[in-house]
Amino acid sequence: MIDTALHATTGGESRAMAWFAERAKWRWPEFALWIAAFALAFVFPSRSALFNEVAILALFALSLDIVLGYAGIVSLGHGAFFGLGAYVAGLLAKAGGGAGLYSDPTFGLLVAAAVCGFVGYLTSFLVLRGADLTRLMVTLGVALIFAELANRMAWLTGGADGLQGVLPGKILGLVEFNFMHPEYAYLYSLSVLFILFIVARKVINSPFGVSLRAIKGNALRAGAIGINVNRRLNGAYTMGAAYAGVAGALLAQTTAFVSLDVLEFHRSADVMLIVIFGGVGTLYGAIVGAAAFKLLYDLLAAATPQYWQFWLGLILVLLVLFVRGGIMGLVSGLYARMTGKGETP
Amino acid sequence: MSAVLSTKNLVRRFGGLVATNDVTFSLPAGARHALIGPNGAGKTTFVNLLSGVLPPTSGQVFLDGQDVSDWPVFKRARNGLSRTFQINQLFADFTPLETIGLALSEAHAEGAQFWRRAGTSKTIVDEAVSILEQLDLGDVMEHRVGSLPYGKQRLLEIAIAVAPKPKVLLLDEPAAGVPEGEREQILEIVEALPKEMALVLIEHDMDLVFRFAKTISVLVQGALFVEGPASEVARDPRVRQVYLGESEVEQHLGGAA
Repeated sequence: MIDTALHATTGGESRAMAWFAERAKWRWPEFALWIAAFALAFVFPSRSALFNEVAILALFALSLDIVLGYAGIVSLGHGAFFGLGAYVAGLLAKAGGGAGLYSDPTFGLLVAAAVCGFVGYLTSFLVLRGADLTRLMVTLGVALIFAELANRMAWLTGGADGLQGVLPGKILGLVEFNFMHPEYAYLYSLSVLFILFIVARKVINSPFGVSLRAIKGNALRAGAIGINVNRRLNGAYTMGAAYAGVAGALLAQTTAFVSLDVLEFHRSADVMLIVIFGGVGTLYGAIVGAAAFKLLYDLLAAATPQYWQFWLGLILVLLVLFVRGGIMGLVSGLYARMTGKGETP
Repeated sequence: MSAVLSTKNLVRRFGGLVATNDVTFSLPAGARHALIGPNGAGKTTFVNLLSGVLPPTSGQVFLDGQDVSDWPVFKRARNGLSRTFQINQLFADFTPLETIGLALSEAHAEGAQFWRRAGTSKTIVDEAVSILEQLDLGDVMEHRVGSLPYGKQRLLEIAIAVAPKPKVLLLDEPAAGVPEGEREQILEIVEALPKEMALVLIEHDMDLVFRFAKTISVLVQGALFVEGPASEVARDPRVRQVYLGESEVEQHLGGAA
């Protein structure tokens, strides 16, 4: 909200411009989060393999948050794009044999994004034909088809044995992935996450992003003010698919391996949990949710190897029941209290 | 005068019920028209057919001479047909400022721009603020819509529809549920709308109707019953009969049951 002093001294127009600017402004906790994320690579380099998984999961969750949290499309098959991206990047790196354009990691990401974006665009028409339950089924169905295709096309994907010989080249032609230095992989994934996050943040704050929130809020009214609802949703779904593809590509490149596991149902389910856990439609919820999910998973699996799923499930159920808006709901409530800018009653 | 909005033999059935029965209707530019009729006469169905919320069973709708019968809502809206809803259709998590900014950026065909921050177009923001101030929403423009008092929400419902400067504006009971003291304000705002904008008011409050409308259509059981200048319709004995007769019929039904 704007200070009252501003109210008194300036006219409605500048007040309005200021309101829009204020809303999109970067806040200090955001800077703190990103600085901390990058610092982790230097403070705990030995744990970077785990951090890398979190960064990839966060990007995957971010992609679903665009689809679910902003476009309002309930997808149970978002893993299809993650898996497709992983195979595209894996096959490219294999074809390149560790050098040249095909093995260039950045090129791999771009191709994975393009392929997944294109497939996402095509399938978005199928998905948008129905209402929520139909969408759930269509997304699930598409993911199952992809998983079975990857299984059957063993000549290309390696089938159940996984894709061997994935050799990504040097990052930007400079740094080589090195299993002795997992922090390289982490910094690479985190940088990609950071760049794509900034892009997503910019898009969400654009007129296009506002119209997505409008569609999710009231599709009838959105249509009545002239918004071509389906075309906007096609766009958002395409973007979400491309992002998921990049996340999959990062996994393939940083682990130098792709298996059928990337297309399994649990990935789609986990990422849905993470988005809800973190806070739907907040962007940061995807990142915080992914970190919390992995951390909990690690802690619980170490503490009670047999019953970790029980505790994880319990925490999720309690959070969803008693905390509106997931972790980000908690955080923004706290932030509002700290800065004295209480939420609108 | 050429019609800005018209229908030809428009029919809409819901199963066995004929909600709109062969309506041929024409609205000239700048009209101040009221659509009245007893409860269940099919007024809202008719507005839904005009605006594209419902597809017709048969017949056609013309906007500016173009057959728009199979156009979706958004396409009709983009071509100058705007409406309000009887029950508010707002974005609860938005502010009035953001709501009108959104409506305007769509009207300026800038709604799909994804690489600039919303609120950076000074033309749109200035226009939004001036509309909000005209509709007495200036002082609450940064508040959350969902937390506004009902009267303010009702004004915003009109503001969204007015913002794109439509050729035709359909007002579906704009004063519904608004306390007596605030109805006057809504009527004043409607009366102050640009002369060239054709307005259709659906309303139960006859004082409002006769103060506002130059022409009136009476819908009864889905069909156009009487149509003409307000003064004639007011005197028409058949119209009086419909309104009086309705209660008589109800009494008869009540007695039989």
